[in-house]
Amino acid sequence: MQRPEARTLPDGRLHLSHGPIDLIISATGGEADCRRAFAAATARFDTVLTELVGELPALRRPDASVTGTVARRMVAAVTPHRSSAFITPMAAVAGSVADEILAAMTSAAPLRKAIVNNGGDIALMLAPGETTTARIAHGSGATLGSLTLSAGDGIGGIATSGRHGRSLSLGIADSVTVLARTAAAADAAATLIANAVDCGPHPAITRVPAKTLDPDSDLGERLVVTACAHLPPAEVETALTEGTRVASRMLEASLINAAALFLAGEARTVGAPFTVLASPPAPAASRPAVRSHP
Amino acid sequence: MSEKPEKIRCDACPVLCFIADGRTGACDRYANQGGDLVRLDPLTVLDIADDDTRVVPFLSGAEDWDGNPLAAKRPFLTAIGAGTTYPDYKPAPFIVSQTVDDEEMVTVVTEGIFSYCGVKVKIDTDRHIGEERALVRADGEAVGHVTTSEYGSKMLSLGGVEHLTGGSKKEGRVTCETLLRLCNRGAVDLTVDEAATLTIAAGKAPIIDGTEEARMRVGCGSAAIGMFARQWASHVDDVVVVDDHITGVLSEHQAGKLLNIPPTGIKIKGRKSTPGRYFQVAEPGTSWGGTNIEDPLEILGDFNPKIAWPGMRLLMISTTGEQHGYFVLDDELKPRPAPLTPALQHSVDRIEENCEPAVASVLFMGGAGGSLRAGVTENPVALTRSVKSALTKVTCGGAEVYVWPGGGITVMVDVMDMPQNSFGYVPTPALVAPIEFTLRKDDYIALGGYGDDVRAIHDVLEKPTAMGLRMLRKAA
Repeated sequence: MQRPEARTLPDGRLHLSHGPIDLIISATGGEADCRRAFAAATARFDTVLTELVGELPALRRPDASVTGTVARRMVAAVTPHRSSAFITPMAAVAGSVADEILAAMTSAAPLRKAIVNNGGDIALMLAPGETTTARIAHGSGATLGSLTLSAGDGIGGIATSGRHGRSLSLGIADSVTVLARTAAAADAAATLIANAVDCGPHPAITRVPAKTLDPDSDLGERLVVTACAHLPPAEVETALTEGTRVASRMLEASLINAAALFLAGEARTVGAPFTVLASPPAPAASRPAVRSHP
Repeated sequence: MSEKPEKIRCDACPVLCFIADGRTGACDRYANQGGDLVRLDPLTVLDIADDDTRVVPFLSGAEDWDGNPLAAKRPFLTAIGAGTTYPDYKPAPFIVSQTVDDEEMVTVVTEGIFSYCGVKVKIDTDRHIGEERALVRADGEAVGHVTTSEYGSKMLSLGGVEHLTGGSKKEGRVTCETLLRLCNRGAVDLTVDEAATLTIAAGKAPIIDGTEEARMRVGCGSAAIGMFARQWASHVDDVVVVDDHITGVLSEHQAGKLLNIPPTGIKIKGRKSTPGRYFQVAEPGTSWGGTNIEDPLEILGDFNPKIAWPGMRLLMISTTGEQHGYFVLDDELKPRPAPLTPALQHSVDRIEENCEPAVASVLFMGGAGGSLRAGVTENPVALTRSVKSALTKVTCGGAEVYVWPGGGITVMVDVMDMPQNSFGYVPTPALVAPIEFTLRKDDYIALGGYGDDVRAIHDVLEKPTAMGLRMLRKAA
């Protein structure tokens, strides 16, 4: 069975990998501090997946009671949403892993900047005076938007969810990118906003029960979207309005700092910092990705 | 056609995904294709002279085929991630051809399961790490032993079939983990019975009893006298190089005689070998020159009053120069510490300068003598003969290997020459290591190779998701 792996990429970033988890990690600061931070990240990563697997059955239930530190981050991130929508802690798994590793790094050494990218769900720390620029890219590589974050923005997480991601989605959004205090909070919110981008039953939209695709899915018999052909503008408008309504409610409740929603060449933003291109490309069959430039 | 289950359980990682037909697991790397578990990501391809991955040096300019699969500037398919079939009655997962100077070459790429395997560890140190034959333990389990010392280095032999499968279940598991970590260049903590604790990682300085070893000794005590006698002769009356192996004394040593250094009446406790060379001046340890000496004067007896003289100058130094002391005899002919003179300081620095950095080296050793050969050819012994007659080149993860003489295909390879994380394991327990056999296509067919399974290299590289699918396990 595969064990956790760590390697240094040619550009100096750290790549940690175990099963479905792939983390790309960068750190800025003193050379020895960065080395210590990478060592701390590697040490913490050693048991992350096995800890999660141990509590997996509980984490796939909405009312999970868990003990692991990553599992508790997951539960904390989804709890504020439980009264308004179906959600299990699994909606925040990627962001919670990123937060956990970032915490291990920042408590091991003083850093100027640290970024833990878990397949597009990103935990970041900026020391006072530091900035970072992230680009939201379409699967084709085209830029959908970009944002510059500074220390003091209160943003510690960026997460993207949607139909082209690795996870199943109840909605039809091409992608939803969320900024929040933590990556776990952003991850949970992005999942729910992407689920909310929907226009109800339509011949262009194909849905199947989640269990038929992934027997272990926490979504069970719920219908997930497997294909979305060309939608009339009215349906696109309806879906984006619904998603924006959910996002705005999260913004008012201070659960997120900002969100950008993309569907069929249209975009909506909630909160301030995004610069979104006027006409992003039409949807294609691959995943939008957030790329961070330290 | 037998009925295949719709969903299969993937055991590639602890998540143990239940994967429906046509879907991938949570990782997107493993998939269920018609009831078979397949792996989707492509093989590791070594681009020659790639970033920090060190491969065997290639010949400058010469592009003619010389039996070295890595010599030319063309991709070399490694077996890392190739998957394996076990026992290997089926053709190896990849049998790839490419043309080199109009001669079609075939590389048979497979990950071999080695239950007969281990590592030889060379630790550059003179410190005492344990008696020869002492057990080496990881996590309390015996994983190997201390073997014959080499010049300036201690040697460990770890793993092997007796520890992997011959002992308790835990012993096998811990041995496998230890080997895996060492082979993938990770650090392992080891203890030697009734002696040192070690932290070892390939290519890194060994840590012995909590102290990182900085340098190898410049030579044994006698060799050090020979090397530096001329530099010492005019600045000091006598020099003792303290060494657990052979302690050297300048005034008695042949090198001192040749420089007309007079006797000093010095007396060394220990067993005299030849003039100026002493065995067993102290117990082995982790201090001066690999002995247990903290105060070098402990190994000196009283100076002979008929020969020694007040004011006589004596330098005592270890074989790495890390420890040294300068003494001047008082009126009672007792050595009294004195500050080192600049000329002697220079010679101490010179010894330190001549000591190479101490590193731990890890050589993987395994035998591809069994069924693995059957995945390469229908006539397994023909592969062995072909390797022995140098028609077939063996590599591990693209790295050059040493093939032992005699029967079987027993190879040794420096893990630092292989791409990092080349090794895996199976719960047998046994290590999984990449191994490639490269030879001319006509030779391959002649030795009973699976000609029909040979694919062009661009076919493998360009179609990673179709042609590059790797069958990991047939559905039950």
